[in-house]
Amino acid sequence: MPKPEDIDIPKLGDFLVTPAVSPDSMAHSQPYVANADHQNALGFPGELVDNWHDVAIAKLGELTSKSRGLQVYLDSCVKCGACTDKCHYFLGTGDPKNMPVARQDLLRKVYRRYFTLPGKYFPKLVGAEDLTEEVLDEWYKYYHQCSQCRRCSVYCPYGIDTSEVSMAAREIMASVGKGQKYCNEIINKVHTIGNNLGLPEPALADTLQGLEEDVLEDDGVAVKFPLDVKGADVLLVTPSADFFAEPHIDGLIGYAKVFHQAGISWTVSSYASEAANFGLFIGSYDNMQKMALRIREAALELGVKRIVFGECGHAWRVGYSFLDTLAGPFDFLDGDYPVPQHIVEVTHELIQQKRIKLDPEANNDKRVTFHDSCNVARASRMGTESGGQLVLPREVIKACCNHFFDMPENTIGEATFCCGGGGGLLTDDLVELRIKGALPRMQALKELDDQHQITHMAAICAICKSQFSKVLPYYGFQMDQVISVHQLVGDALVMSSGEI
Amino acid sequence: MPIEVHGKSLDTDEEGYLANLSDWAPEVATVMAESDECVLSENHWEVINFLREYYQEYQIAPAVRILTKAIGRKLGKDKGNSKYLYELFPQGPAKQACKYAGLPKPTGCV
Repeated sequence: MPKPEDIDIPKLGDFLVTPAVSPDSMAHSQPYVANADHQNALGFPGELVDNWHDVAIAKLGELTSKSRGLQVYLDSCVKCGACTDKCHYFLGTGDPKNMPVARQDLLRKVYRRYFTLPGKYFPKLVGAEDLTEEVLDEWYKYYHQCSQCRRCSVYCPYGIDTSEVSMAAREIMASVGKGQKYCNEIINKVHTIGNNLGLPEPALADTLQGLEEDVLEDDGVAVKFPLDVKGADVLLVTPSADFFAEPHIDGLIGYAKVFHQAGISWTVSSYASEAANFGLFIGSYDNMQKMALRIREAALELGVKRIVFGECGHAWRVGYSFLDTLAGPFDFLDGDYPVPQHIVEVTHELIQQKRIKLDPEANNDKRVTFHDSCNVARASRMGTESGGQLVLPREVIKACCNHFFDMPENTIGEATFCCGGGGGLLTDDLVELRIKGALPRMQALKELDDQHQITHMAAICAICKSQFSKVLPYYGFQMDQVISVHQLVGDALVMSSGEI
Repeated sequence: MPIEVHGKSLDTDEEGYLANLSDWAPEVATVMAESDECVLSENHWEVINFLREYYQEYQIAPAVRILTKAIGRKLGKDKGNSKYLYELFPQGPAKQACKYAGLPKPTGCV
């Protein structure tokens, strides 16, 4: 893996100019392969199985027969090229295999060879190819250069969800013994300890107690950070990065202040201390379900009435779109609230109802923009109106800040660019890809910064926050310019000193 | 890729973190730092020692905020912040310092 100082950092240059193609320029990039322990723990073989070819083809057949959607996505691409310049990894690297159409064709050409009539009899005429070890290696490299952000899908005239193709490829690879270390190690920690970090209950309790002391010292208010409290109204499920990293933890403080001020009793669970669900990234329904069930079990055990998700992009996708299917029915919860609810929805509603008061002048030292997280923007909803997931976070930020500015329209909302670290790629062995993939977002930020002197970019996803902390300095920004939306809320919230 | 410490070969993972926590000795940190062209000062050792103490109690590295608070108490308030820790450990205090301290790499969205 190249050291950061050896990486050729792209120049910010002109805004969103399509680069000249640079064939195979990222052919060296691949993440570490999962070891036998991490593979076996998730139900996958420990190393590449001898009959991997047959197992892979059988798995592809199984996936297409189970998912009509996947089969349609594999069949219906006409190679029109609308997606070619829409991927941040292509824009940042110039590697033509990072054009979504080309990346997905690595799987499509194999699908055609084994599952379509022309591909079986006239493979060369239809660009069908055998699955060889070289093809499998290319899958491993390039399906780990897709963050499953689905920006290309927005521009696809057929509505092909390319992330489903990447997920299928990763699931096939894990099934033949070639899973990815970063994701599989993390999923294993959720199964055994309850969160991505491997943060055991005593450490979580110590961390939360420390936060109570900090807030009391800073604000003079006894805000609680409850853990495993039976009978609380709300179970907060949040990415474990919120307990560990910066700027995430300032967001957690913001949630706690909101609950405190609104008089909502809440708790974190040490058993389900993770919102993120990396089962999505590796395409594994079984693992995704196993992790989602922890949330159900914790909700039942603690007897809560509501489940609220913290700031985590793909957690919200899994939560909003799949939680009921994976772990429902949630008929034991209070039917007056959505299941689950996003913390931004909670705060937004409290602002509307005037149950909390915000003083935007508290953030007058900041000039803020907002980075839409891909999984929130393109795969979920907030509130009751279409597009609410794009509107509510902005309304919350504007209620907390007097100086808010949006980046160019083709880089936000449903056209948002991935931070460059999503989809199970937020790992040091892919740092070159992450830096280069952040280019379009950095260009958009620079465009806005030139006009409005932006001091902070707020985000609602743990991955986005960690990724930007890492890559901002490579583009001339400061690592602490990325902040949590709920840090802005926490700082602007007018607190009363009474204890709940 | 094992590292050599005092003529003894110690196993590490792909990223250079010790495979066996019990293999750690102060020289391990020194050798790892040397390969990063970093000379460990007393302040580096304050961080490494705190990480090891915390890990022994909780089996996990401390949150960045807990670390900065502890370092602030030991080295003065002006040093109790992430910026100072990044000066000491440019690859990130959570990861580089954990590596030198012989702890596993923090995983997740961090």
